[in-house]
Amino acid sequence: MKTIIEMKGIEKRFPGVHALKSARFDLRAGEVHALMGENGAGKSTLMKILAGIYRPDAGEIIMEGEPLELTDPRSAQTAGIGIIHQELSLMNDLTAAQNIFIGREPRKSFGRLDERLLNQQAADIFKTMRLKLDPQVTVGSLTIAKQQMVEIAKALSYQFRVLIMDEPTAALNDAEIADLFSIIRDLKAQGVGVVYISHKMDELKRIADRVTIMRDGEYVDTVPAADTPISTIITKMVGREVKDEALQVPDTSNNPIALEVKGLRRGREIKDVSFALRQGEILGFAGLMGAGRTEVARAIFGADPLDAGEILVHGKSVSIRSPHDAVGAGIGYLSEDRKHFGLALPMDVRNNIALASLKSFIRFPGRLDENAMKKTAEGYIQRLGIRTPSDTQEVKLLSGGNQQKVVIAKWLLRNCDILIFDEPTRGIDVGAKSEIYQLLVELAKSGKAIIVISSELPEVMRLSHRIAVMCEGRLTGILPGGATTRQEDIMHLATLRESMVIETETEMQRRVG
Amino acid sequence: MTNTDIAAPMAATTAKSRFSGAQQKLLAFGTLIILVIGFSLASPNFMQTSNILAILQATSVNGILAVAATLVIITGGIDLSVGTLMTFTAVIAGVVLTYWGFPLPIGIIASLLTGALVGLTSGAIIAKMKIPPFIATLGMMLILKGLSLVISGTKPIYFNDTPSFPLISTESFIGDLIPGVPVPNGVLVLFIVAGLASYILGRTVLGRYCFALGSNEEAARLSGVSVDNWKMAVYSLSGGICGIAGLVIASRLNSAQPALGQGYELDAIAAVVIGGTSLAGGRGTILGTVIGALIMSVLLNGLRILSMPQEWQTVVTGSIIIIAVYADMMRKRKA
Repeated sequence: MKTIIEMKGIEKRFPGVHALKSARFDLRAGEVHALMGENGAGKSTLMKILAGIYRPDAGEIIMEGEPLELTDPRSAQTAGIGIIHQELSLMNDLTAAQNIFIGREPRKSFGRLDERLLNQQAADIFKTMRLKLDPQVTVGSLTIAKQQMVEIAKALSYQFRVLIMDEPTAALNDAEIADLFSIIRDLKAQGVGVVYISHKMDELKRIADRVTIMRDGEYVDTVPAADTPISTIITKMVGREVKDEALQVPDTSNNPIALEVKGLRRGREIKDVSFALRQGEILGFAGLMGAGRTEVARAIFGADPLDAGEILVHGKSVSIRSPHDAVGAGIGYLSEDRKHFGLALPMDVRNNIALASLKSFIRFPGRLDENAMKKTAEGYIQRLGIRTPSDTQEVKLLSGGNQQKVVIAKWLLRNCDILIFDEPTRGIDVGAKSEIYQLLVELAKSGKAIIVISSELPEVMRLSHRIAVMCEGRLTGILPGGATTRQEDIMHLATLRESMVIETETEMQRRVG
Repeated sequence: MTNTDIAAPMAATTAKSRFSGAQQKLLAFGTLIILVIGFSLASPNFMQTSNILAILQATSVNGILAVAATLVIITGGIDLSVGTLMTFTAVIAGVVLTYWGFPLPIGIIASLLTGALVGLTSGAIIAKMKIPPFIATLGMMLILKGLSLVISGTKPIYFNDTPSFPLISTESFIGDLIPGVPVPNGVLVLFIVAGLASYILGRTVLGRYCFALGSNEEAARLSGVSVDNWKMAVYSLSGGICGIAGLVIASRLNSAQPALGQGYELDAIAAVVIGGTSLAGGRGTILGTVIGALIMSVLLNGLRILSMPQEWQTVVTGSIIIIAVYADMMRKRKA
């Protein structure tokens, strides 16, 4: 088969992150080439470069022997390269047909639209996809799965020669996945090269011809999909060394239980999740993107409503309907997106620390006691080692690590003894990371019950006394922390899809038990 | 799969979406009907032909401006300069016709071009300089207010040298054709503008991109739509429509009043919102906007006939805006 696309020496830096380090990739006509790697390995970045969405800092893209200059999505489209995004990018107020042909509507004279032809062409595409869908239905009223199919129809309508699919099955059920795969096989037969990004190991075996593995922005290896065991691929994906010192797992089994959740359910996102967390314990949550970890945290914190389930704090059942209730019960949530949800960026350190506890600083007749706030803030600045010139420094001027410490101080001041950290070190550089880790360990020692959600396996393994692993909304297992658990064990549980549960159940019992 | 397999669910969904679309218009239209019935029961003067014509005449300028605002609001933007742009184009028409003595068609073209050019400028400030629409058009509103006063020397410009000027607004073609129904031409202009805008929104590429921009600008950009250019096109069109409003009001007053204009933008936005167009963008209809503008003038006219003091009329209008938007939100939450 002839090679359509060759990417060589691709470099890409974002502020604070070296996302791609001399990455490479090639694609042949009529093949499905899977791109694998952990979250943050650089798969999506590399493919966004191929789709013209990002411009590489260095490196070359060669299409059928000719160097290709991609300046924007349009130039990639013209070259015959299309992408189906991981996040849906549809216009909800427009119909399916209008979405599919946006930017290329069939026109009559004077810029008039040929709506009849538009709907006809969309219906034709749906027919080739064996998809039952009214072209005139408003996209916003469709299920996520149907919206995904509209995205796919849109990509098909361009008749691309290179089609990138970034986790196309994330929202699809088994029947829909089977439909998608038969569409992909049709594309292969037409000589289209398909790049397939997925975390789902079982799908690779079904659809991919070759697999390229990336790690930390670098190319690792390309192997044939059929003859390579899944375990080999997983090893290549996580194959980095964990250099940090070994974790000391304290014995917390006799500590009182701080938080217990039973049978949490919420739509497709959370499916019957139960676990208990003891005082002084750090419970890590591992899983791939979209596994439902953040959703569980938000549900416990009252940010999203639950369909069912019970939450017990210190043995007592509590009703949490809003973050206000959660904070009242002593639960603090440190969002993965500090800038949007954790901090008031233009305000100073003092006010950010006091923000959740302002009531305790109110003096007669409604005046805020700035002196007390200052003293408190300075106490936390010292205790947590927040590097800031003063307590009146604007938070937006602090580094990521110090911003995170400000958020921690806020919840400590609010007397929260259950702390949920969602991606606590995202966007924080390596030196500051270990400081945050140290801080978490000390918080646990002082008796706080801590949940750490992280997409970085080394981080979970470095911190967690126990590791809860999720996949597609289910808690697929809780592994012991420390040296006995290997990354492969976690990845195995993290990719343990519902359809695979039965065949591997005995194996799982062996590992967990 | 057979054709009937597809046809059945298709028919069902289409019928459903048509129903909810009809519901939206029904809500505004129902409100209008209730107001009309209520006022005619409360006062015998309300339903008289002269009063109905007065209501329509009062609607024409606000209605045209509201149509202009609707286009921009559907893209997810806002235009605060529609009122002072209207005045500015009227002043320009005054300069061209009265000061320079050009014939009427030149004055009309000058007015429309000025509107479109100012709209293009606002659009460029928003699309190219990336200034948020609220700020860009707030600035433009003040700039135009100032320029109108500067150019006119703060004095009204009368159109006494252009005898055919009242044609645009106050005279009645319809009255000439059908005696006894002297619908002023200004109202005719409103309906023509509304019809054209409705056609553009529903049937042309420009209209489609209005909804696309308001619905998900980034998705449109990633689909290869030149977002910046289309945005400038929409603001230009909106500006051109403000030029029409400028001619209509100048014709009605037989003068360009340079101090007029500020405050009109809020009435226009109110009519748009009452008509069910979402300020978040992506959703809206011209028909709804016209009904919204009618609701506002019927309300003001009716309250005046019932001798409600003017200051209270304003209070009622404000309350109606809040109630209308709340009712619309409730309806959507249920759907």
